[in-house]
Amino acid sequence: MASTKMKIKKSAEGGHDVMVLAKHPMETGLRKDKKTGEKIPPHFIKTMEFALNGTAVAQADLGTGVSKNPLISVHLATSKSGDTVMVSWVDNMGESDSVEKTVS
Amino acid sequence: MKRRIFLKGSVAASTLAVAAGAGLLSPTRVLAAAWPESAFGPRPEAEALEAFFGSSEVVESDQVSLKAPLQAENGAVVPIKVMTSLADVESIGVIVVKNPAPFTTGLEVMGAGAGAMYSARIKMGQTSPVNCYVKAGGKIYMTSQEIKVTVGGCGG
Repeated sequence: MASTKMKIKKSAEGGHDVMVLAKHPMETGLRKDKKTGEKIPPHFIKTMEFALNGTAVAQADLGTGVSKNPLISVHLATSKSGDTVMVSWVDNMGESDSVEKTVS
Repeated sequence: MKRRIFLKGSVAASTLAVAAGAGLLSPTRVLAAAWPESAFGPRPEAEALEAFFGSSEVVESDQVSLKAPLQAENGAVVPIKVMTSLADVESIGVIVVKNPAPFTTGLEVMGAGAGAMYSARIKMGQTSPVNCYVKAGGKIYMTSQEIKVTVGGCGG
């Protein structure tokens, strides 16, 4: 089910912008199922870690207030061509996914 | 203040220990930081700031900018982008004042000059000011913008 895509764009100020699109329902736990009237349990990504060449450089903390299929982007100032960027996320139900790409 | 930092640290350590015990973390790869549970949820803004940044002393600054629509048609998807020219950014936090859970998302910076920009798409229940906080060099700077919402997107 999980599918995560990443795009790395060269930034005008140097370094790169890393853009991640994770496929995820991001349920708040406030919505109700229209058929049964029961509450849909919360299901959301908690943390998304960005690593440059194997070292963690940033971690995004997400909550239920982030939209469905989160699109997160972060700027890396010291990345250069040939570096590897790895992004991995974990949600509140223990599901996780990761994606790795080399900076072109 | 010190007590708060201590408490925050011990809570973070214990949640990490629980996660590790439940086998959520693979042995080769341990998360750099635990999810700041005490910042999320239906907490007032000051409390969330205290939990996430360790302080709620804030100064307004034009070195922090927020790029967001003035009016959002669909509250379920509101694109926001926080940018800053400040050096040594430690963390970034976004708070939607009138949401059921005001603290929406945050970024913790660990290196490589990450933190000059952070963008995400957020949900908004109703028209509300969106406050962006950037902690740099031990101080918290903020900027705010009101986003008008025609259709809320927080479920219910």
